[in-house]
Amino acid sequence: MGSTFSPLLCWLLRPHKLGHVSSDQHSPRLDVDRILSDPGVRIVVCCGSGGVGKTTTAAALALRAAEQHGRRTVVLTIDPARRLAQSLGLTELDNTPRPVKGVGEGSDGSLHAMMLDMKRTFDEVVLTHTDPAKAAEIFANPFYQAMSSTFSGTQEYMAMEKLGSLHAQGDWDLIVVDTPPSRSALDFLDAPARLGRFLDGRMLRLLLAPARAGGRSVFGLVTASFGVFSRVVQKVLGAQLLTDLSGFVAALDSMFGGFRQRAEQTFQILQAPETAFLVVATPEKDAIREAAYFARRLGEERMPLAGLVVNRVHGTQVPQLSADTSLAAAAALADAGEQAPTADALRIHAALAALADRERAVTAGFAAEFPNVATVSVAAQPADVHDIDGLRLIGSAISQP
Amino acid sequence: MTGKGGTGKTTVAAALALALAAGGRRTLLVEVEGRQGVAQLFGTPPLPYEERRITAAAGGGEVRVLAIDAEEALLEYLEMFYRLGAAGRALRRLGAIDFATTIAPGLRDVLLTGKVKEATTRTSGGHRVYDAVVVDAPPTGRIGRFLNVTAETAKLAKVGPIKTQSDGVQALLRSPMTAVHVVTLLEEMPVQETVDAIDELTRLRIPVGHVIVNEAQTPLVAAGKVSQAELRRGLTAAGLPTDKATVTGLYAEVKNHLTRQELEDSLRGDLTELGRPVLELPLLSAGVDRDGLDVLAAALLAAPTP
Repeated sequence: MGSTFSPLLCWLLRPHKLGHVSSDQHSPRLDVDRILSDPGVRIVVCCGSGGVGKTTTAAALALRAAEQHGRRTVVLTIDPARRLAQSLGLTELDNTPRPVKGVGEGSDGSLHAMMLDMKRTFDEVVLTHTDPAKAAEIFANPFYQAMSSTFSGTQEYMAMEKLGSLHAQGDWDLIVVDTPPSRSALDFLDAPARLGRFLDGRMLRLLLAPARAGGRSVFGLVTASFGVFSRVVQKVLGAQLLTDLSGFVAALDSMFGGFRQRAEQTFQILQAPETAFLVVATPEKDAIREAAYFARRLGEERMPLAGLVVNRVHGTQVPQLSADTSLAAAAALADAGEQAPTADALRIHAALAALADRERAVTAGFAAEFPNVATVSVAAQPADVHDIDGLRLIGSAISQP
Repeated sequence: MTGKGGTGKTTVAAALALALAAGGRRTLLVEVEGRQGVAQLFGTPPLPYEERRITAAAGGGEVRVLAIDAEEALLEYLEMFYRLGAAGRALRRLGAIDFATTIAPGLRDVLLTGKVKEATTRTSGGHRVYDAVVVDAPPTGRIGRFLNVTAETAKLAKVGPIKTQSDGVQALLRSPMTAVHVVTLLEEMPVQETVDAIDELTRLRIPVGHVIVNEAQTPLVAAGKVSQAELRRGLTAAGLPTDKATVTGLYAEVKNHLTRQELEDSLRGDLTELGRPVLELPLLSAGVDRDGLDVLAAALLAAPTP
């Protein structure tokens, strides 16, 4: 890979990524099986906005990697729907990968699943970086308690943290990651760095400097406005909070730097060719817009975007009958007062055909901006998926559209 | 207005702001997550942190919109209480404001909901400035934490202006002036999250309003009994092709539709069991545009108030 090419470009130029071009979208077709079977791919990250079926896609891909490609696979889910979690044998937040029953028996592949426990992951990070006495002190701090469960960005950071530690364990051929349902899809990329910066705490040290030095700033060069800020923070938040915060920071002091370093390490893993990002969307304006943001951002961050998975795509089985013709015929039948069931059938068809047209137009917007991003469409299922058989069906639908 | 991501809560929030502004009233549509969803909905450039008119409502009303930015809100707040002036701007350059809204979990939410409270209770000439304030709130997974600001901040700030502020917000949010509406689709996960969110809000004693089913489709019942032979006769009567591909294709589409409809009916049942008023908004076949918002607003106005 020459240095003039970004990893993203190199990824896109890999010959196996350029499948046959489907006629309506003008984007290469995403070959999921190539990714899942490639021993060089060790991490698949499913990202996208909320409600697009990220978790289901992640679970279906992991299952397929285990059953069809004989890979020892673990799927890391963040906030799965209850019934989907149950189908994977996950009944509670539990930070340990658990084997999924009935998968990969008699083959090389296996599937484990785990649900991220944000607080426990944070606790584990603290425990590995400090001695038990200090850890106990940190755990008891109200600031730590609030932050480890509610800090915006903690979930994203901890997902990355867990990904990093699963990766380091080396027990897995493939780790499939579902990303947190963030405010914006980009939080997943931004929040870990933000939390890392926070815990790394130059600003935190500045802020606490006066408190530590008994009210007088020890930073001679700190601007006057920062002194004002510090006083304001004391006034607004109260002295108790600053004391707790100070204790928290003092206790975490030895761990500073470690956080940032780990966030950077994980970031580097995500940039490596062993990672494949799949952006997941539905053929709706908002979801496609978020998908486009994500694709752009992954490009900027030089992260390997493998392709776009468009879930819940509608299609008609009678393409030769247009929505307009169908509706007109239904109206004519209704006017004549006959064949009511056929009139309804024609209305159902018209709605479906119109929806399919609209969805195609929305998805085409993405294809126009990212003509080289391989794409696959997954047909909408008549009912929701919440068992292993359903995941198998989704897995084959992603692979053989 | 809350709901699972992807259910259309921004759209429904905008439609409700329009509906409540009908007949010469004024409403404020508030965005709190910095997603600029309202700007996208109305096709305008990103909205700044200021209240501005975005559209007229039926009968001379108007909808204003405010995209609250937590940092701006903190600066405004500090300005109001501490007259920071140029120092405040310097703090922003230092990144201190971003830092402050990040260090204290809940501070961001206190600022956002505090601004909502200020707009809601603001008066001019003895009258409320806004007849109603509609908040496009965080999704179901985060709504409880967002609205339950006191509990979060009380752990950290036991006295001081932040404590006073969050207590005031809390009183408003638990009063009859507030109703949290939950938007859902007739799909399993959004319905499950609706049930969970209502359960959580009820435990927090925050008033729950309507369950709003978005993108609901009119059931087409007559198709339920159709056979392939009947379809062929019907297509003949309509002067359409009756080849095998057309007939079996249509038949399969009807069957899929009925499967979907059965699932939707059972989900409707789950929503009814919640014991909250449920109302349905039609699927806009042309997608959501300005006219579509009027259609949704009219549907909201036609619904009986609880």
